[in-house]
Amino acid sequence: MRADKQGVSIRAKNAFTGWSFILVAVLMIIAFYFYPMLEALILSFKTGTGANLSFTGWSNYERLLTDKTFLTALTNTSIYLIIQVPIMIVLALFISVLLNDNTLKFKGFFRTAIFLPCVTSLVAYSVVFKYLFGINGLVNTMLMKLSIISAPIEWITDPFWAKITIIIAITWRWTGYNMIFYLSALQNIDNSIYEAARIDGASSVTQFFKITIPMLKPIILFTSITSTIGTLQLFDEVLNITKGGPGNATLSISQYIYNLSFKYTADFGYAATVSYSIVLLIVVLSILQFKVAGEK
Amino acid sequence: MKVKRIFTYLFLSITALVSIFPFLWIVISATNKSVDVTKGRLLPGTYLVENFKKLLDTTDLGTALWNSAKISILTTILAILFASLAGYGFEIFRSKMKDVVFNILLLSMMIPFAALMVPLYRMFARISNAAPMIGIDTMAAVMLPTITTAFLIFFFRQSSKMFPKDMVEAGRIDGLSDLGIFFKIFMPTMKTTYAAAGIITFMSSWNNYLWPLIVLQSPQQRTIPLLISNLGSGYAPDYGLIMLAIVIATLPTALVFFLMQKHFVAGMTGSVK
Repeated sequence: MRADKQGVSIRAKNAFTGWSFILVAVLMIIAFYFYPMLEALILSFKTGTGANLSFTGWSNYERLLTDKTFLTALTNTSIYLIIQVPIMIVLALFISVLLNDNTLKFKGFFRTAIFLPCVTSLVAYSVVFKYLFGINGLVNTMLMKLSIISAPIEWITDPFWAKITIIIAITWRWTGYNMIFYLSALQNIDNSIYEAARIDGASSVTQFFKITIPMLKPIILFTSITSTIGTLQLFDEVLNITKGGPGNATLSISQYIYNLSFKYTADFGYAATVSYSIVLLIVVLSILQFKVAGEK
Repeated sequence: MKVKRIFTYLFLSITALVSIFPFLWIVISATNKSVDVTKGRLLPGTYLVENFKKLLDTTDLGTALWNSAKISILTTILAILFASLAGYGFEIFRSKMKDVVFNILLLSMMIPFAALMVPLYRMFARISNAAPMIGIDTMAAVMLPTITTAFLIFFFRQSSKMFPKDMVEAGRIDGLSDLGIFFKIFMPTMKTTYAAAGIITFMSSWNNYLWPLIVLQSPQQRTIPLLISNLGSGYAPDYGLIMLAIVIATLPTALVFFLMQKHFVAGMTGSVK
């Protein structure tokens, strides 16, 4: 009886200690993630400016469906996503396979150099890219000196080229980041698998598609999901390179939410509605990517 | 075979050059006059000192650096403390209920910041009335939402799996309390994990832009990314000066990266292994 009681109290004490270790973190995540999400949900059913908000039911959601600016922002973000993420992932994979060769010289140098863009802040590199791609910027000057183009390209002021500039910028910043994940995964693949394949007469292209890609599938899935989430949240680059312009040609969804809340008259209710569209997109796209990768 | 080799080196060299070039350009430009930067001068100049003087005279660089340093260092210390306590707690004191809580926490990784910025801003605006010390335009408001992330808890939980459980038992037999075991045994054994987590947190805190942009309003509270963004938005930009500011802003994270490259890579990839 006594021993039993003691056992219970020790277990209770252990349980209490366990919970106390995780308490602060759990409370902080509830306070700064889950509670705001709930508040955003409630806000999305309210309209008004600043602090004067009142319930208006589905009106924000109805507005969302006919909002041309939102459609533009959504289209822009989708373009970045569909073009940039695959380019970056293929590029990162390609580079990491080249770098995984043990007989390669200057491996460390190449790896460090290609990873280097990741140490810059999004703001700093955006400002640098804005000047590099300016109408009289270094990129145009160099392209003209090399006679690749005869007149300067309007990288930032033309709707088409402005999107390309953003895509180039993001690719520059994040390819090395993804490469690191592939490199460490490649190092975990047993070399004997490749040796066996070579003995069987498999070419390096066959080896890439039959061994490397299947072995890297979980990492490719991970990087494509994180890149998708990252692109859906795109903000710093667009604001600092193009300000969302020309017109709204480069406006991202995050920037639109920012504009709705902090740039024009604060429309918090509608901004919250737009923000739920990103949450929905992230959930749908993540599920889709899991399905495509064939995992549950 | 030979052709393939040449192609490999050529491709990697071009990629490396493209990656490094913007860095070379900002460092070179920081030593040149604004006019020379626009002319596309690619040689080091003699205007470094002048640019530096002008930068100190016309901007609050010192204040911004100090603000960024305070916020990043404090955030890093608190973040790795809370996240490692939680990661250790989830792994060492396992229970069904805690696994459920852990999985719910992980869901927060799917929440984009864009969805949080409006409610968070309103939250801190409300706090401002009751407790101005942690309300809008304070260091605390910048830090609070960024200190705890599910990613970092996940990272520490994964690493705790490698921490031998026997050491917890040994500590208990020696009469250490659970907190004692955590601070005296777990922390020293997991030094590399702490280093990696610290680097990642410091970098993201130092480079954070959107939330400080919303929550900080007075110029004297400004952090480095806000200062840079502000310098870059002018109509008659002084390129040499801006490039120097960018070099200075990038220096701390670049240094941290070079000094601790191994931990940094380990930290990034450790999370998916």
